[in-house]
Amino acid sequence: MSPLQVIFILVSAITLGAALMVVTTRNMVRAALWLVLTLFGVAILFVLLEAGFFAVAQVIIYIGAIAILMIFAIMLTRRIAHDPGPQINATWPIAAVIALVVFGLIVFFVQGWGKAASQPAPFPAGFDPLRELGVALVSANQYLIPFEIASILLLAALIGAIVIAWDKK
Amino acid sequence: MIPLSWYLIFAAALFCIGLFGVLSRRNAVAILMGVELMLNAVNVNLLAFWRYLTFEKMAGQVFAVIVFAVAASEVAVGLALVISVYRRRQSIVADDINLLKY
Repeated sequence: MSPLQVIFILVSAITLGAALMVVTTRNMVRAALWLVLTLFGVAILFVLLEAGFFAVAQVIIYIGAIAILMIFAIMLTRRIAHDPGPQINATWPIAAVIALVVFGLIVFFVQGWGKAASQPAPFPAGFDPLRELGVALVSANQYLIPFEIASILLLAALIGAIVIAWDKK
Repeated sequence: MIPLSWYLIFAAALFCIGLFGVLSRRNAVAILMGVELMLNAVNVNLLAFWRYLTFEKMAGQVFAVIVFAVAASEVAVGLALVISVYRRRQSIVADDINLLKY
Protein backbone atom coordinates (compact mmCIF):
# COMPACT_ATOMS: atom_id res chain seq x y z
CA MET A 1 0.00 0.00 0.00
CA SER A 2 1.41 3.35 -0.96
CA PRO A 3 1.83 6.20 1.58
CA LEU A 4 -0.92 8.18 -0.18
CA GLN A 5 -3.37 5.33 0.35
CA VAL A 6 -2.46 5.12 4.04
CA ILE A 7 -3.01 8.87 4.40
CA PHE A 8 -6.33 8.60 2.58
CA ILE A 9 -7.57 5.77 4.82
CA LEU A 10 -6.51 7.54 8.02
CA VAL A 11 -8.04 10.87 7.00
CA SER A 12 -11.29 9.36 5.76
CA ALA A 13 -11.67 7.22 8.91
CA ILE A 14 -11.19 10.29 11.13
CA THR A 15 -13.56 12.34 8.96
CA LEU A 16 -16.32 9.74 8.97
CA GLY A 17 -15.95 9.18 12.71
CA ALA A 18 -16.23 12.92 13.33
CA ALA A 19 -19.25 13.09 11.01
CA LEU A 20 -20.92 10.31 13.01
CA MET A 21 -20.29 12.29 16.18
CA VAL A 22 -21.86 15.38 14.52
CA VAL A 23 -25.13 13.55 13.97
CA THR A 24 -25.21 11.61 17.26
CA THR A 25 -23.69 13.71 20.04
CA ARG A 26 -26.14 15.30 22.47
CA ASN A 27 -24.41 18.59 23.20
CA MET A 28 -24.88 20.99 20.27
CA VAL A 29 -21.67 22.95 20.89
CA ARG A 30 -19.70 19.70 20.77
CA ALA A 31 -21.53 18.72 17.58
CA ALA A 32 -20.39 22.00 16.01
CA LEU A 33 -16.77 21.30 17.03
CA TRP A 34 -16.96 17.79 15.55
CA LEU A 35 -18.30 19.45 12.39
CA VAL A 36 -15.14 21.60 12.29
CA LEU A 37 -13.01 18.41 12.44
CA THR A 38 -15.06 16.84 9.63
CA LEU A 39 -14.59 19.91 7.45
CA PHE A 40 -10.83 19.83 8.09
CA GLY A 41 -10.73 16.20 7.00
CA VAL A 42 -12.55 17.04 3.77
CA ALA A 43 -10.07 19.89 3.19
CA ILE A 44 -7.21 17.36 3.46
CA LEU A 45 -8.96 15.19 0.87
CA PHE A 46 -9.14 18.24 -1.43
CA VAL A 47 -5.35 18.53 -1.07
CA LEU A 48 -5.01 14.85 -2.03
CA LEU A 49 -7.15 15.62 -5.10
CA GLU A 50 -4.67 18.38 -6.09
CA ALA A 51 -7.34 21.05 -5.66
CA GLY A 52 -5.39 23.27 -3.27
CA PHE A 53 -7.61 26.28 -3.88
CA PHE A 54 -10.62 24.36 -2.62
CA ALA A 55 -8.76 23.20 0.49
CA VAL A 56 -8.03 26.85 1.34
CA ALA A 57 -11.57 27.92 0.47
CA GLN A 58 -12.92 25.06 2.60
CA VAL A 59 -10.96 26.26 5.63
CA ILE A 60 -11.90 29.91 5.11
CA ILE A 61 -15.56 29.56 4.08
CA TYR A 62 -16.74 26.40 5.82
CA ILE A 63 -14.69 26.50 9.01
CA GLY A 64 -14.11 30.24 9.24
CA ALA A 65 -17.61 31.35 8.33
CA ILE A 66 -20.21 28.59 8.30
CA ALA A 67 -19.11 26.63 11.39
CA ILE A 68 -18.60 29.83 13.38
CA LEU A 69 -22.04 31.06 12.28
CA MET A 70 -23.50 27.77 13.53
CA ILE A 71 -21.78 28.15 16.89
CA PHE A 72 -23.23 31.66 17.13
CA ALA A 73 -26.71 30.36 16.32
CA ILE A 74 -26.33 27.66 19.01
CA MET A 75 -25.28 30.26 21.56
CA LEU A 76 -28.16 32.58 20.61
CA THR A 77 -30.62 29.73 21.16
CA ARG A 78 -28.90 28.81 24.36
CA ARG A 79 -31.56 26.99 26.34
CA ILE A 80 -31.73 24.37 23.58
CA ALA A 81 -28.02 23.57 23.84
CA HIS A 82 -28.61 21.94 27.22
CA ASP A 83 -31.98 20.43 26.36
CA PRO A 84 -32.38 17.43 28.68
CA GLY A 85 -34.85 15.68 26.35
CA PRO A 86 -33.88 13.31 23.55
CA GLN A 87 -31.89 14.95 20.74
CA ILE A 88 -33.09 12.42 18.22
CA ASN A 89 -36.49 11.55 16.73
CA ALA A 90 -38.58 8.59 17.79
CA THR A 91 -38.42 7.49 14.13
CA TRP A 92 -34.63 7.38 13.95
CA PRO A 93 -34.45 3.64 13.03
CA ILE A 94 -36.33 4.43 9.81
CA ALA A 95 -33.82 7.21 9.08
CA ALA A 96 -30.94 4.78 9.71
CA VAL A 97 -32.46 2.22 7.36
CA ILE A 98 -32.97 4.84 4.62
CA ALA A 99 -29.36 6.05 4.98
CA LEU A 100 -27.97 2.49 4.90
CA VAL A 101 -30.08 1.57 1.84
CA VAL A 102 -28.90 4.68 -0.04
CA PHE A 103 -25.29 3.89 0.91
CA GLY A 104 -25.64 0.28 -0.20
CA LEU A 105 -27.15 1.30 -3.55
CA ILE A 106 -24.37 3.83 -4.22
CA VAL A 107 -21.64 1.30 -3.34
CA PHE A 108 -23.33 -1.32 -5.53
CA PHE A 109 -23.43 0.98 -8.56
CA VAL A 110 -19.89 2.29 -7.99
CA GLN A 111 -18.55 -1.28 -7.86
CA GLY A 112 -20.27 -2.17 -11.13
CA TRP A 113 -19.07 0.94 -12.94
CA GLY A 114 -16.27 0.47 -15.49
CA LYS A 115 -14.30 3.62 -14.60
CA ALA A 116 -14.35 3.06 -10.83
CA ALA A 117 -10.73 1.90 -10.70
CA SER A 118 -9.34 4.66 -12.93
CA GLN A 119 -6.19 6.50 -11.88
CA PRO A 120 -5.54 10.23 -12.26
CA ALA A 121 -3.43 11.27 -15.24
CA PRO A 122 -0.60 13.64 -14.26
CA PHE A 123 -1.08 17.28 -15.21
CA PRO A 124 0.71 18.25 -18.46
CA ALA A 125 3.66 20.62 -18.10
CA GLY A 126 2.59 24.24 -17.60
CA PHE A 127 -0.97 23.32 -16.65
CA ASP A 128 -2.10 25.40 -13.67
CA PRO A 129 -5.59 24.41 -12.43
CA LEU A 130 -6.06 27.60 -10.41
CA ARG A 131 -5.26 29.79 -13.42
CA GLU A 132 -7.59 27.72 -15.62
CA LEU A 133 -10.34 28.06 -13.03
CA GLY A 134 -9.91 31.83 -12.84
CA VAL A 135 -10.06 32.14 -16.63
CA ALA A 136 -13.08 29.83 -16.83
CA LEU A 137 -15.02 31.88 -14.27
CA VAL A 138 -14.68 35.17 -16.13
CA SER A 139 -14.78 34.07 -19.79
CA ALA A 140 -18.03 34.99 -21.46
CA ASN A 141 -18.01 31.78 -23.51
CA GLN A 142 -17.37 29.59 -20.44
CA TYR A 143 -18.90 30.10 -16.99
CA LEU A 144 -19.35 33.86 -16.60
CA ILE A 145 -23.18 33.72 -16.43
CA PRO A 146 -23.39 30.92 -13.79
CA PHE A 147 -20.74 32.72 -11.74
CA GLU A 148 -22.69 36.00 -11.81
CA ILE A 149 -25.94 34.19 -11.00
CA ALA A 150 -24.24 32.55 -8.02
CA SER A 151 -23.09 35.94 -6.75
CA ILE A 152 -26.59 37.40 -7.15
CA LEU A 153 -27.97 34.37 -5.26
CA LEU A 154 -25.49 35.01 -2.44
CA LEU A 155 -26.41 38.71 -2.29
CA ALA A 156 -30.13 37.96 -2.27
CA ALA A 157 -29.70 35.29 0.42
CA LEU A 158 -27.70 37.62 2.66
CA ILE A 159 -30.25 40.45 2.30
CA GLY A 160 -33.01 37.91 2.95
CA ALA A 161 -31.20 36.65 6.06
CA ILE A 162 -30.97 40.20 7.43
CA VAL A 163 -34.67 40.84 6.75
CA ILE A 164 -35.74 37.54 8.34
CA ALA A 165 -33.62 37.92 11.45
CA TRP A 166 -34.52 41.62 11.91
CA ASP A 167 -36.04 42.26 15.32
CA LYS A 168 -39.00 44.54 14.51
CA LYS A 169 -39.75 45.50 18.13
CA MET B 1 -2.29 5.75 -6.24
CA ILE B 2 -5.79 6.04 -4.88
CA PRO B 3 -8.50 4.64 -7.17
CA LEU B 4 -11.50 6.83 -7.96
CA SER B 5 -13.91 4.43 -6.25
CA TRP B 6 -12.38 5.15 -2.82
CA TYR B 7 -13.36 8.79 -3.10
CA LEU B 8 -16.83 7.88 -4.35
CA ILE B 9 -17.44 5.45 -1.47
CA PHE B 10 -16.10 7.95 1.07
CA ALA B 11 -18.44 10.61 -0.34
CA ALA B 12 -21.36 8.17 -0.28
CA ALA B 13 -20.69 7.39 3.40
CA LEU B 14 -20.42 11.09 4.29
CA PHE B 15 -23.62 11.82 2.35
CA CYS B 16 -25.52 9.04 4.13
CA ILE B 17 -24.32 10.17 7.56
CA GLY B 18 -25.57 13.67 6.72
CA LEU B 19 -28.85 12.21 5.44
CA PHE B 20 -29.28 10.32 8.72
CA GLY B 21 -28.64 13.53 10.65
CA VAL B 22 -31.20 15.47 8.60
CA LEU B 23 -33.85 12.77 9.05
CA SER B 24 -33.27 11.96 12.72
CA ARG B 25 -32.22 15.17 14.52
CA ARG B 26 -34.79 17.25 16.41
CA ASN B 27 -32.78 20.46 16.70
CA ALA B 28 -33.05 22.69 13.62
CA VAL B 29 -29.38 23.75 13.80
CA ALA B 30 -28.36 20.08 13.85
CA ILE B 31 -30.48 19.50 10.74
CA LEU B 32 -28.54 22.32 9.02
CA MET B 33 -25.28 20.61 10.05
CA GLY B 34 -26.49 17.44 8.34
CA VAL B 35 -27.17 19.43 5.17
CA GLU B 36 -23.63 20.82 5.35
CA LEU B 37 -22.23 17.27 5.53
CA MET B 38 -24.25 16.29 2.45
CA LEU B 39 -23.01 19.34 0.49
CA ASN B 40 -19.42 18.48 1.45
CA ALA B 41 -19.88 14.95 0.14
CA VAL B 42 -21.13 16.41 -3.15
CA ASN B 43 -18.04 18.62 -3.35
CA VAL B 44 -15.71 15.64 -2.79
CA ASN B 45 -17.49 13.84 -5.62
CA LEU B 46 -17.31 16.81 -7.99
CA LEU B 47 -13.61 17.36 -7.40
CA ALA B 48 -12.81 13.63 -7.63
CA PHE B 49 -14.58 13.37 -10.99
CA TRP B 50 -12.80 16.53 -12.14
CA ARG B 51 -9.36 15.20 -11.18
CA TYR B 52 -9.80 11.63 -12.42
CA LEU B 53 -11.87 11.98 -15.58
CA THR B 54 -11.86 15.49 -17.09
CA PHE B 55 -9.17 17.61 -15.48
CA GLU B 56 -8.60 19.61 -18.69
CA LYS B 57 -12.18 20.95 -18.51
CA MET B 58 -12.96 23.15 -15.54
CA ALA B 59 -16.66 22.25 -15.21
CA GLY B 60 -16.18 20.20 -12.03
CA GLN B 61 -14.27 22.93 -10.24
CA VAL B 62 -16.71 25.65 -11.36
CA PHE B 63 -19.61 23.56 -10.08
CA ALA B 64 -17.81 23.12 -6.75
CA VAL B 65 -17.41 26.92 -6.51
CA ILE B 66 -21.16 27.29 -7.04
CA VAL B 67 -21.86 24.62 -4.39
CA PHE B 68 -19.76 26.71 -1.97
CA ALA B 69 -21.86 29.80 -2.74
CA VAL B 70 -25.11 27.86 -2.36
CA ALA B 71 -23.95 26.35 0.95
CA ALA B 72 -23.08 29.81 2.31
CA SER B 73 -26.45 31.28 1.31
CA GLU B 74 -28.32 28.22 2.59
CA VAL B 75 -26.72 28.44 6.01
CA ALA B 76 -27.24 32.23 6.25
CA VAL B 77 -30.96 32.01 5.47
CA GLY B 78 -31.39 28.84 7.54
CA LEU B 79 -29.81 30.29 10.66
CA ALA B 80 -31.76 33.55 10.25
CA LEU B 81 -34.95 31.46 10.16
CA VAL B 82 -33.84 29.51 13.24
CA ILE B 83 -33.18 32.70 15.19
CA SER B 84 -36.47 34.25 14.06
CA VAL B 85 -38.43 31.11 15.07
CA TYR B 86 -36.63 30.95 18.41
CA ARG B 87 -37.57 34.57 19.13
CA ARG B 88 -41.26 33.90 18.52
CA ARG B 89 -41.72 30.39 19.96
CA GLN B 90 -38.76 29.95 22.37
CA SER B 91 -37.99 26.62 20.68
CA ILE B 92 -36.05 25.34 17.68
CA VAL B 93 -37.19 21.73 17.91
CA ALA B 94 -38.41 20.85 14.42
CA ASP B 95 -41.44 18.94 15.77
CA ASP B 96 -42.73 22.07 17.55
CA ILE B 97 -42.63 24.22 14.41
CA ASN B 98 -45.85 22.89 12.93
CA LEU B 99 -47.90 26.01 12.18
CA LEU B 100 -47.96 25.26 8.45
CA LYS B 101 -49.05 21.67 8.98
CA TYR B 102 -52.80 22.25 9.32
